[in-house]
Amino acid sequence: MQGNIASAEGALAAGCTFFAGYPITPSTEVAEHMATRMPKIKGTCFIQMEDEIASMAAIIGGAWTGARSMTATSGPGFSLMMENIGYAVMTETPCVLVNIQRGGPSTGQPTMSAQGDIMQVKFGSHGDYSIIALAPSSVQECFDLTAKAFNLADRFRTPVFLMADETIGHMREKIEIPDSVEIIRPKPLAEGALPFAPGPDGVPGFAAFGTGRHIPVTGLTHDERGYPDTTNPARHESLVRRLISKIEDARHDIADYAIMNEDAQYVFVCYGAPVRTVREVVERLKTPDTGYLQLRIVWPFPEDLLNRFPNVKAFIVPEMNLGMMAREVERHVSVPVIPVSKIGGDLHSPEELVEAVRAAGGHP
Amino acid sequence: MRDDWLREDRLPHIYCAGCGNGTIMNCVLEAVEKTGWDKTKTIFLSGIGCSSRAPGYILTDSLHTTHGRAIAFATGVKMANPSLHVVVFTGDGDLAAIGGNHFIHACRRNIDITVICMNNHIYGMTGGQGSPTTPIGKTSTTTPYGAEEAPFDLAELAIAAGANYVARWTSFHVKQLTDSVLNGLHTPGFSLIEVRCQCPTSYGRRNKYREPMDYMTYLKSHAILKEKWERTAGPGDELPADSFLIGEFVRRHRPVMGVPDEA
Repeated sequence: MQGNIASAEGALAAGCTFFAGYPITPSTEVAEHMATRMPKIKGTCFIQMEDEIASMAAIIGGAWTGARSMTATSGPGFSLMMENIGYAVMTETPCVLVNIQRGGPSTGQPTMSAQGDIMQVKFGSHGDYSIIALAPSSVQECFDLTAKAFNLADRFRTPVFLMADETIGHMREKIEIPDSVEIIRPKPLAEGALPFAPGPDGVPGFAAFGTGRHIPVTGLTHDERGYPDTTNPARHESLVRRLISKIEDARHDIADYAIMNEDAQYVFVCYGAPVRTVREVVERLKTPDTGYLQLRIVWPFPEDLLNRFPNVKAFIVPEMNLGMMAREVERHVSVPVIPVSKIGGDLHSPEELVEAVRAAGGHP
Repeated sequence: MRDDWLREDRLPHIYCAGCGNGTIMNCVLEAVEKTGWDKTKTIFLSGIGCSSRAPGYILTDSLHTTHGRAIAFATGVKMANPSLHVVVFTGDGDLAAIGGNHFIHACRRNIDITVICMNNHIYGMTGGQGSPTTPIGKTSTTTPYGAEEAPFDLAELAIAAGANYVARWTSFHVKQLTDSVLNGLHTPGFSLIEVRCQCPTSYGRRNKYREPMDYMTYLKSHAILKEKWERTAGPGDELPADSFLIGEFVRRHRPVMGVPDEA
């Protein structure tokens, strides 16, 4: 099965009932698969919108009816979605976006792989905020992490992003589809509770449109009733800080990762397609003194995991961008952080990573 | 009771003295009441602008969305749950400028929502900039020497794009407006009710309609009922300068989207 199709199947397994999208390479197979499958599943809806702005708007509208809602896109479309992504953050709308990353900026390399949107996903809309982003490195993870994204979106009432790349999206591998996947819906809005009053976890309960709670939803800074209150500095600060802390405070609780060889001196920090080359170098070639930390949840960044390597002399961060996450790693550690940056669409070769270990002072 | 539909704890509203939007809201709520729709199943949406503050004063579920995108959000609500009744408040800038693409595509799909456009020919909330419906020659802060671009005819646009119900009235024609909104709500498919209205603060002040009644008087005297025009105009006659047609322009039954499956 292809990665993009596994992602669509993962969404359906998780009970996604509303998909709105717009064709764009290399993500189109997600929409095509949903367009084929959803009309045959009662109670679901696929719609092709007029552009990515409308797609993002539509899934927010769908989400407020209580539907598990999703869209899929790539770089240029992702850029168009940014304003409404901010709206989903501000209105605490659970929804899932799949971004099959390609080379940018602009139209760039439509058919080539990249990880250049990994900062855009966190910072691309205006204002301060946090989101949750997952990065699959296999077709199985496309399925598993898409399904998981819906649970995270509902639990935290936030947009959740599957930050795949062209390599993983178009790769074909054998996968195991479970009989059922775990489904955790949002905590319901308690009787008498205000619609934007947070629980102890910082997340308000959710009530879908049409269930009698008469919720006014706005992208303006609002009080716990949902009423606009745009000129009170304290109101704005407490709202925005809560939107961030409800996610950041849970970063170690929700961390999803794999660690190989905690005793390593040279530790790869990786996510997405480069994970595959890292595993080749560490697991198959058994390059001495090397280990890795694979992040399946990239944002919020679980920095405590970097302390799991007591003998580390250097962190090596292979990415298909010019060192975006390497900078994030760097600000949490005191040992050298070595980016192995590669753009243009080719994967890292094992030799390039072995060379990086050597350059860091290792003796592979 | 109309009051049942209003969030009294949101008052006072932000509309300026003499604004036409309150009149239009009142007509829309009267029409919605006449449908007998369950308040719980009726959703109001809007984009950004003066018009788009309307849903915030109405006691239902509502989405006050991003500029120009209300119809795209509404498409999501309606397609994900066709049993909900969906009404969009918008303005000329929100609908025809930044939201123009969503507008024509919703007409094309003929999605079962009702859109009320408060067309005051100006961006009121940002202080009076020209919009795609500012008439040629009229002044705004961005057309200080008079607008030069041809304006859109919103009703014609909706008709050409495929909407099932299209009507145009003014803030003066409250009875006809209310009836048309009701017809729009009842017609399956996309309904547009364009309402030309006064904005004394931003439009009137710069265009010799300083008092609210100045523009209401213009609307009354320059609106020509479509049926009357068709009865009296000769072949090739053009509408008199500054005049415009009002009335119910289209009520048809093209295929629609977002209507619950017949059970």
